[in-house]
Amino acid sequence: MTAVAQSARPRRRSAAARAVRSFLRNPAAVVGVVFLASALAMALAAPWLYPEDPLSMVARPYLWPGQNPRYPLGTDSLGRDVAAGVVWGARISLLVGFSAMAIGVATGILVGSTAGYFGGWIDDLLVRVMEVFQTAPAFLLLIVLVAILSPSVDAVIFGIGVVTWPTIARLVRAEFRAIREKDFVTAARGLGYGHARIIFVEILPNALPPIIVTASVMVATAILMESALSFMGLGDPNQISWGSMIGSGREALRTAWFLTAIPGVAIVVTVLALNLIGDGLNDALNPRLAERE
Amino acid sequence: MADTRRLLRVLRRTLLQAVPTVLGIVVLNFFLLKLAPGDAADVMAGEFGAATEETMAMLRRQFGLDVPLLQQLLGYLGTLASGSLGFSPRYNMPVADLIGQRLPGTLLLMGTSIVIALALGVLIGTLMAMTAGRWPDRVLSVTTQFFYSVPGFWVGLMLVVVFSIKLGWLPSGGDRTIGASLAGIDLVLDRLRHLILPATSLALFYVAIYGRLTRAAVLEVSSQDHVRTAAAKGLSPVAVTARHIVRNALIPVTTLAGIHFGGILGGAVVVETVFSWPGLGRLAFESVMRRDFNVLLGVLLLSSLLVIIANTVVDLLHAWLDPRIEVR
Repeated sequence: MTAVAQSARPRRRSAAARAVRSFLRNPAAVVGVVFLASALAMALAAPWLYPEDPLSMVARPYLWPGQNPRYPLGTDSLGRDVAAGVVWGARISLLVGFSAMAIGVATGILVGSTAGYFGGWIDDLLVRVMEVFQTAPAFLLLIVLVAILSPSVDAVIFGIGVVTWPTIARLVRAEFRAIREKDFVTAARGLGYGHARIIFVEILPNALPPIIVTASVMVATAILMESALSFMGLGDPNQISWGSMIGSGREALRTAWFLTAIPGVAIVVTVLALNLIGDGLNDALNPRLAERE
Repeated sequence: MADTRRLLRVLRRTLLQAVPTVLGIVVLNFFLLKLAPGDAADVMAGEFGAATEETMAMLRRQFGLDVPLLQQLLGYLGTLASGSLGFSPRYNMPVADLIGQRLPGTLLLMGTSIVIALALGVLIGTLMAMTAGRWPDRVLSVTTQFFYSVPGFWVGLMLVVVFSIKLGWLPSGGDRTIGASLAGIDLVLDRLRHLILPATSLALFYVAIYGRLTRAAVLEVSSQDHVRTAAAKGLSPVAVTARHIVRNALIPVTTLAGIHFGGILGGAVVVETVFSWPGLGRLAFESVMRRDFNVLLGVLLLSSLLVIIANTVVDLLHAWLDPRIEVR
C-alpha cells in the first residue's frame, strides 16, 4: 500500500518536467509568456516609469501619438498622458485578473472537492447552488454585485470571483468523482488518513492539470470582465484602467479614435497572451491529445 | 409515438428540475438587492434635490419598502405566483410591459449573433480541420485566437470607427432610423443595417469558440468508421464532409450554443451600451443605477428562464437527434 503512495510521487515529478519541456517547445505558448511577462514588467515598473498620478493633467488635450515625443501615445480630452494610463492600467488589469482567479479557483476547489468527494446529499445541494449561479447570466449578476458593493477594485475582484467559481467547481467535482474510486485513494483510506488529507494531499494533485489550464483562461476572462465593467463606468473611479480609458475615449471617437484604440490593443495583447499560455498548458498537460493532432 | 413519449418524459424532468433553480435564483437575487445601500426612494430624493423625512416615508410606503424583509420577499413571491412581475414606480408601468417592450430588441440581437457565430464558426472550423497542420489552418487558428481575446465592446467601437465614421456605410447606433417612415422592404433593410455592427461585435467571441470546437469535432469524427465507409463507396470529399462529418460534429457545437445563451445575454448588456440599442441589457443597467429593483428582479428572472429554455431546447434536440443520449 505504501508502495502505491510512494511510486506516485516521482512519476508526477517527471510528468511535470515533460510538461514544461513540451510547453517550451510550443512557439505560440512562448510568445504568450513573453507578452505576459512584458505586461507584468510594465505593471511593476509603473511607479518608476510614470511617478506622477496617471489621472493628472500634464499637457495640452488631444495630442495625437507621435505629435510630441514626450507623450508618445498622445494625450486624452483632459490632457492626461495615454502612455502613463496604459502602463498604470496594466497594474489594475493584472491585479484584478489574478486575484479574481485566485478567489474563483479557491472557492471552486473547496466546493467542487466537497461535492465530488462526499457525494450524497451534500453533492445534491452544492450542485443546485452551482446551477443557480450558472443559470443567472454571469455578467448581469456581476453588474448588480459591483453596483451594490459600490465600485472599487476590491468589489470588482470579489464580484468576478463570485460569478466565476462554478466553472472550477464543476470541473473539480467531475475530477474528484472519477478519482475517488481509484486504488490509491482506497489505499489511503485504508491507512486511516483523514478526509482533508485525502482530499488535498492525495486527490487534488492528480486533478491539478485541468484546473491549471482553466485557471489561466479564467485570468483572461476576469481581465475582459473588468474592462467591460470599467468601460460601463462601474470600475474604481480613483484608478485608471484600460476599460475606463476606452469608456472616456469613446466620447471623442469621431475626432480622436486613438484614445479608444490604444487601451484596447493593450487588453487584446494581454488576454491573447493568457489564452496562448492556456492552450500551451492544455497541450503540454494532455500529451495524449497533443500527439493526436 | 415512442419518440414523442420519450421527449415528453425528458421535457417533464427538465422542467421539474428547473423549479428549485428558479426559486433559488429569485431568493438569491432578492436578498442581494436588499443588501444594496440605498433604495428607490433614496435615488428619487437625490434626483429631486432634497426630500423631507415625511416624503421619504411616503415614497417607501408607496413602493412597499416599509415592511419587514421576509414579508417583502413573500409579497414578491406572491406577485410572481399570480403571474405578474410587479410594478415599476420609476417608469410608472407594470414590469412585464416594460420588459415586453425591450425583449424583442435583445432577442433579435442575440438571435442574429448566434446565427452569425454558428455559421461562421462551423465554416471556419471545418476549413481548419480539412487543412489541419497546413497554412490555412495556422492562419485561421491565429485569427480565432484573436477573436477569442478581443473585448466585444472594443470591437464594436472599432467597427464604428471604420464603417460609420471613416466609410459612412453603416449607422453607429440605435435600432432604426429615427423619424423615417419606412415600410416594406425598406424597413427591413433599415433594421438590418442597424443590426450588422452590434450583432457582429457580439458574435466574434463565439465565432472563435465554435470554430475551435468544430475543428476538434470534425477531426474526431473524420477518423470514425462510417466516414471511411462513405469515402470507400465513392462519395466525393465534399459530400463526405458535409453529410457525414460536419453533421455529426454539430452535436457538441449546439450543446455549447445552449450553454452560452447566458453569456451572450451578458455580452449584450455591454454591446447595447455601445450601440445605444434599446434592449433588456440597457434596461437592467439603468434599473441598477436607479435602484428600481422590481424591474431588475424581473430582468434577472426572465433571463434565467431564457437560459433554462435554451438548454431545454438543446437537450430535446439532442434526444431527438441521437436516441443514445440519455438526458442528464
